[in-house]
Amino acid sequence: MTFTGFFQTYLGDGLGWFAATLILILAIALPVMVGVAMAVYADRKIWAAMQLRRGPNVVGPFGLLQTFADAAKLFLKETIIPSGASTGVFLLAPMITFVLALVVWAVMPFDAGLVLADLNVGLLYVFAVSSMGVYGIIMSGWASNSKYAFLGGLRSAAQMVSYEVSMGFILVAVMLYAQSLNLSDIVMAQKGNVLGILNGNIFNPLLFPMGIMFFITALAETNRPPFDLPEAEAELVAGYQVEYSSMTFALFFLGEYANILFMCALIPVLFLGGWLPPLDWAPLYYIPGFVWMLAKIFFLFFCFAWVKATVPRYRYDQLMRLGWKVFLPLSLFWVVVVSGWLVFSGHFDAAPVRAML
Amino acid sequence: MTTAIFAFYLFATVLLVAAVMVISARNPVHSVLWLIVCFFNAAGLFLLLGAEFLAMLLVIVYVGAVAVLFLFVVMMLDIDFATLRSGTARYLPLGLAVAGVILAELLLATSGWVGGDGAGLATTLASAPEGMSNTQWIGSQLYTRYLFVFQAAGLVLLVSMIGAIVLTHRQRIGTKRQDISAQVARTPASAVHTAKPALGQGVEL
Repeated sequence: MTFTGFFQTYLGDGLGWFAATLILILAIALPVMVGVAMAVYADRKIWAAMQLRRGPNVVGPFGLLQTFADAAKLFLKETIIPSGASTGVFLLAPMITFVLALVVWAVMPFDAGLVLADLNVGLLYVFAVSSMGVYGIIMSGWASNSKYAFLGGLRSAAQMVSYEVSMGFILVAVMLYAQSLNLSDIVMAQKGNVLGILNGNIFNPLLFPMGIMFFITALAETNRPPFDLPEAEAELVAGYQVEYSSMTFALFFLGEYANILFMCALIPVLFLGGWLPPLDWAPLYYIPGFVWMLAKIFFLFFCFAWVKATVPRYRYDQLMRLGWKVFLPLSLFWVVVVSGWLVFSGHFDAAPVRAML
Repeated sequence: MTTAIFAFYLFATVLLVAAVMVISARNPVHSVLWLIVCFFNAAGLFLLLGAEFLAMLLVIVYVGAVAVLFLFVVMMLDIDFATLRSGTARYLPLGLAVAGVILAELLLATSGWVGGDGAGLATTLASAPEGMSNTQWIGSQLYTRYLFVFQAAGLVLLVSMIGAIVLTHRQRIGTKRQDISAQVARTPASAVHTAKPALGQGVEL
């Protein structure tokens, strides 16, 4: 019996489904929040190690509880709303950021069948939600009625819209290979896809450059260094979040890290074979898929922290140049190359659409 | 079924309320934000119809890109609200007349329309065949039966894009441009030379 079926036998169809879904949502959202707390800690420890410092080491064993202490401090502070702010929009902005960052996890497959909403258009859903993420930032920038926040909001909006275009083309190349927009199908399409032994699109020479570009685009989409222009502390203090304090700031912070974690989970799904082991070799399948997925998420997160610790910030015009003049033509051209190769090699011969023509 | 009906009325009500707020909000930025709520609820209605691909597309294109640029422009405008509101009484009859004409036309068109007449709509509008998702179904129609219409729409968009670029492109005089490939291609041989000037002599640059 399925999890939902169990609840439906006791509570009736509608209520049982509602209760089961609610529990499943909590079962995703709470670990994500704990994961965010641990990610902040890991981030700080990794930078510290790279800069030959110790990092947080006071609260709890090895400083593990540092983030929780920070969160408690934020919750206890006073929420300040600037007198010139547009109150409704000002309060709505952090909520939108936070909710969108959690909502997108609904389609993430953690293991075979371990997914809340197995949407047919999962990848488009991810793309839609991540393209809406810009509203939290642009609304906060405008509603704060402060020039630093406004500049940060404008920068972020321009940056995210620019990089979304090439991100879309990269997704097109991946979905051409998988012939599906469903994230679970995309993972399963990578089983032994290279030489019959390697699991993962990244091992495919045609998709390898797309994987690298997707990683860089993900950095730009999540406003991570070297693309953290929207909150560049040297010029804009903290960008769009200058005027936020207490819980409203905490929501931005949590949302930002939840987005980063999601990107760290999406890259494995698209390019590293998701919950599959890297090699299509039977003994490796004894390790549960969930463990592989977590290991890949952690590896990607380490790469994100690594980039932040080592790479200096881009200048804004260089950022725009990279997005529009390098990534966009390259990804567009690569979509043509990939689709040409796939048609030439007979990849689509078995597609259901072919039978109708 | 009741959930679907409830969801329909929820989306429809919020959509209509948001549409009214778009035109009645005093602040243009708030208007654009209400417009985004409209788009979002329209996407919800598409979902109820089983058109999940169109719903996602509506959110990606309109909410994710078009409305962001809208918001961008409106935020930067310096609008004097007093002058904006001054002509309301004068333009109201004209606006109402246009709205009335459009409403009448919509009613005539929808009441006079017969499904499946002539254009083979009945077969086209039927749900996707077995083993095919909504997205594949749309693609199989769009790229076979409607290929030329699709390509023509693409050409129209291309022309409008070129037009927009031509209209806004201007040559700035006296700005320094960065040539990244030239910077990267620089070698010590082309950038540095050693000099040993004699006492009291300058260096030739």
